[in-house]
Amino acid sequence: MNEAERLVELIPRLRRYARALVGDRASADDLVQDTLERAWAKLHLYRRGTDLRAWLFTVMHNVHVNKVRATRVTDTLEDELPELAQRASQGDALLVRDLDRAIARLPTEQRSVLLLVTLEEMSYEEVAHALGIPIGTVMSRLSRAREKLRAMMLGQGAAAKLKVVK
Amino acid sequence: MSTEPTVTEADLQAYADGRLGVERRAEVESWLAARPEEAERVAAYRRLGDALRAAYDPVLAEPVPQYLESTAARRPRARRIAAVAGWMTLGALLGALAGWEARDWRRPAGPPLAEGAVMARRAAIAHATYSPEVRHPVEVGADQEQHLVAWLSKRVGARVRAPKLDEVGMALVGGRLLPGESGPVALFMYQTAAGRRLTLYIRAEAKGNRETAFRYAREKNVSVFYWIERDCGYAISSADLSKEELLHIATLVYKQLEP
Repeated sequence: MNEAERLVELIPRLRRYARALVGDRASADDLVQDTLERAWAKLHLYRRGTDLRAWLFTVMHNVHVNKVRATRVTDTLEDELPELAQRASQGDALLVRDLDRAIARLPTEQRSVLLLVTLEEMSYEEVAHALGIPIGTVMSRLSRAREKLRAMMLGQGAAAKLKVVK
Repeated sequence: MSTEPTVTEADLQAYADGRLGVERRAEVESWLAARPEEAERVAAYRRLGDALRAAYDPVLAEPVPQYLESTAARRPRARRIAAVAGWMTLGALLGALAGWEARDWRRPAGPPLAEGAVMARRAAIAHATYSPEVRHPVEVGADQEQHLVAWLSKRVGARVRAPKLDEVGMALVGGRLLPGESGPVALFMYQTAAGRRLTLYIRAEAKGNRETAFRYAREKNVSVFYWIERDCGYAISSADLSKEELLHIATLVYKQLEP
């Protein structure tokens, strides 16, 4: 199978990751498109015989980071948001419909790690390689991303309860 | 016999991801059994993973938009020719060309020079405008080359052709119509597998305009070779290629467009 066929084959996975990474469908497909363009332009840097999928996710990560950098203000604001520390004893049921929004509030670098591990089911080593970070950083970002999401979900659970009480 | 195993945060993450070996998993499980809060936290991480997959896995089954597939399947035509090597061995050819270039270079500049210089400038601006485009470099893609050529010929009012530049590793991206100083102009874009681009600007010439030799102009970082031949004016521009590379291509184009 040549690179073109493999790229076509990988589109659905790129789209899934992009959708979770940036939220809406149009921006996600934009990101996929830019990634594919970039991949062709940089194909000479890809070493044959190595994992094309991992390489492609690296390309997508770089394209995304560059785009985010262009809109840095909003992103850093999100980073500065305090973690929601409320904890309800029960009711941490994940509200899937709010998942998009919760993920969007994670700092980009934590979001990437969580999604590559959870959706792409990459090994921690693969994630480290794809993102160009040490494996220890992968683990700490993964841990922080999960804890933040859990806290947000708990917070939402609590908020929903309060509304019902009122 | 029960010295308790050390369980790190990384172990808990790996446990949540189901990535521990049997032995280690058992150790983490017994550690969690004594710590209900931690166990609940890890369970929440697992539910989070399930929720993420439930939310986004359906994307895998969505039909892929045609434009994404086309982008992914683009054949890097230049690969066949080992474009880079081609550029490197260009030297010999250039030596042969040098005499020819020098000869034509010295041809006296008649009135068409000014006229041609305006064209070169416009061509350079068009190149600088469209060649950085990632998403919309052209209006009509190379996949519809016949239509593109017919359309541009009709609008420009002269027989316009898109030369084949495969031998120098450049593939046609497509083309677009531009406003020129005295009528519509055709612009073709080519690129190498590495994404280096050039544009070919073609306009219909007024009857009185004399034919000219190759001329070279530079606008900011854009190199332009231009000439007028019969009823058309041509300008080849690139910010990515050296003057020598561009001259080589200009001669190829010139030869191909000879009637």
